[in-house]
Amino acid sequence: MTIHADHSAPETVVEDQAADVRTKFGISVEDYMLPARHQIQMVNPDGTLRSHDEQGTEPGHEYPTPSDAELMAAYEQLVVGRRVNDQNSALVRQGRMAVYPSSHGQEACQVAAAMCLSEGDWLFPTYRDAVAVMTRGVDPVEVMTIFRGDWHGGYDPTEHNVGIQCTPLTTQLLHAVGVAHAAKLRGENTVVMAMCGDGATSEGDFHEALNFAAVFHLPVIFFVQNNKYAISVPLSHQSVAPSLAHKAVGYGMAGERVDGNDLVALLAVMDRAVKLARDGSGPLLIEAHTYRMQAHTNADDATRYRPDSEVAEWQAKDPLARMKSYLTDNGLLDDEASNRIAEHAETVATQLREGLGEDVPVQPLDLFKYVFAKQTPQLKEQSEMLASELAREESGK
Amino acid sequence: MTVTTTVNGNVSAATASAAASAAATAEATGPQSLTMAKALNTAMADAMRADSSVLVFGEDVGMLGGVFRITDGLMAEFGEQRCFDTPLAESGIVGMAVGMAINGMRPVIEMQFDAFAYPAFEQIVSHVAKMHNRTKGKLKMPLVIRVPYAGGIGGVEHHCDSSESYYAHTAGLKVYTPATVADGYRMLREAIDSDDPVMFMEPKKLYWSKDQVDLGALRAEHDAGTSTEGRAAVARPGTDATLVAYGPSVPTALAAAAAAAEEGRSLEVIDVRTLVPFDDETVCASVRKTGRAVVIAEAHGFASVSSEIVARVQERAFHYLAAPILRVTGFDVPFPSPKLEHYYLPSVDRILDAVDDLQWED
Repeated sequence: MTIHADHSAPETVVEDQAADVRTKFGISVEDYMLPARHQIQMVNPDGTLRSHDEQGTEPGHEYPTPSDAELMAAYEQLVVGRRVNDQNSALVRQGRMAVYPSSHGQEACQVAAAMCLSEGDWLFPTYRDAVAVMTRGVDPVEVMTIFRGDWHGGYDPTEHNVGIQCTPLTTQLLHAVGVAHAAKLRGENTVVMAMCGDGATSEGDFHEALNFAAVFHLPVIFFVQNNKYAISVPLSHQSVAPSLAHKAVGYGMAGERVDGNDLVALLAVMDRAVKLARDGSGPLLIEAHTYRMQAHTNADDATRYRPDSEVAEWQAKDPLARMKSYLTDNGLLDDEASNRIAEHAETVATQLREGLGEDVPVQPLDLFKYVFAKQTPQLKEQSEMLASELAREESGK
Repeated sequence: MTVTTTVNGNVSAATASAAASAAATAEATGPQSLTMAKALNTAMADAMRADSSVLVFGEDVGMLGGVFRITDGLMAEFGEQRCFDTPLAESGIVGMAVGMAINGMRPVIEMQFDAFAYPAFEQIVSHVAKMHNRTKGKLKMPLVIRVPYAGGIGGVEHHCDSSESYYAHTAGLKVYTPATVADGYRMLREAIDSDDPVMFMEPKKLYWSKDQVDLGALRAEHDAGTSTEGRAAVARPGTDATLVAYGPSVPTALAAAAAAAEEGRSLEVIDVRTLVPFDDETVCASVRKTGRAVVIAEAHGFASVSSEIVARVQERAFHYLAAPILRVTGFDVPFPSPKLEHYYLPSVDRILDAVDDLQWED
């Protein structure tokens, strides 16, 4: 189903802005602000490049293939991301981490979401986006602090402009909007990447965030990783919209669908989206079709709600194998580069094993230290109570 | 922090006259008759003049100046980028304010009515209250959420809730509620200055209460860094029993104390001012002195700020008590319709009855 041509552009949208989006984002006048009819896909699952007319774009609005250097750098992050996902899942099985929501299978989305941003930009991740956070430059061990159970956040958000991974669904999209709004008021050209999943699009904050971003014309990219399940509930129970990208038009912004297991297409689409947002086109919605290859977390049993055949089908579309074939076939990836990248991934995995293996003692009095910027007498009293309990325990040893 | 000229650059001629009238208020010295509404409005204007990162937004706060006119003239003086209307979505307002606070701003946002703030509850409890703790203080949340609250105005359903206990129960929020015109100014300035998030509960029935206040003196007090956080006020000294009240109940408690004085009973009235942090010291000192206490609040009594006050005082002053501490609160029913609200609200008579029940020996 497609919304047809006689749906005219909303009157409230300034005409030159509309023209701008139409021209730059590859949206036909007829399908104003609607996503292209098909998802953007540039590389086949077997690694072969699709011809321009098969990529899903409107004629004349093709996406350029990202540079070799960008593709190689992204591939390296992809390999590291996969290694990190699998290392963390192993650490959970060994009882060295409390929980880890793995993005195995979604690493191309993770890498693209972080790599398309510049230094001063911001990223607002969900709990499943640890690989995106790391790709942005945050120390891997600090990223995993939240999952080890030491504290509810392990890194300084201001160091790399990355929000703390958010466990309540979709609330972070509004924080992304606020960061973008503050930057705009100061005249800064900051793009904000706001990440969420398919289930999150049912939440009220999704609606409020997209609407606020559109009304205030803010450079926010809403990036939905549609991995087909919200824990156990399939997408068909979340939405009967033609696609999640179609939701954009209701807010007066443009939407696009992209193959979320095709790193080449992801980079092409995200790079253009960032450029559009930075150039003043307002917010954009991108839906990436991908698949959560593993269970929601180690506490979940995915075999209760989805067939093995479906998982196998997506296994064949694996983003890593696809990218490796593409780069190898195009002479960009040889054994030497492959080995170097594998070594890098192994170094990060070792760093994680060692960093998370260390038994860092927790500081019980930290419970009271950060509740307020200005301490209250009541918390001071409670802190002293715990301190004296600890002192008694210590002297009793 | 400096906001670039793009923020302030478009002050039009029309806004200049509004700025001039605001400036006229600003220059006034000596005691003058002022409403709490004007005191709150002046506090925001002063804070916005002093710091360009202070922003005011919410529903109808721009052109209209808010449904209670508390933000009147701010858009005209400071421009649409520093005082603006948002789409009608409370979670969106609070969530966007969180992001702005992350990125260097000091948002002062308005929830139009107490019960209209509930859609924002998740943002308030899960993010406003916890961001500082979660990030070990790397991200501060210097935002003020203004909530017109409580009854006594003949409001329809969902316009008269006393919602302070929800916020006071949430670790990480500070909860202020002024009862006097002067406190309206000084406590809102302090809330805006605070690096902690403040739920600023404004008793809507007191918006049009008037008092003689000296704005010049209040400004000097602010500039000297005087703080009311965690400091209850003795609103009326007395010796026989203590009435502990806050926000909309303070004038009722004062009226009860005046009536009791005519009957020869001297009641001390304590205005709690900030529910979080709570001033144990001042309240307990009063109860130790008088030996008797009644706690007064409009909110439902069950599991509320008033129950917390009773618990804290008896934990700290048990041996000084001549009688159990009693409470006069709203009944545990949904806030009633306009023709029934006077049966619900704490009244002078109900307070005096409670005082009579404090096991007097005479």
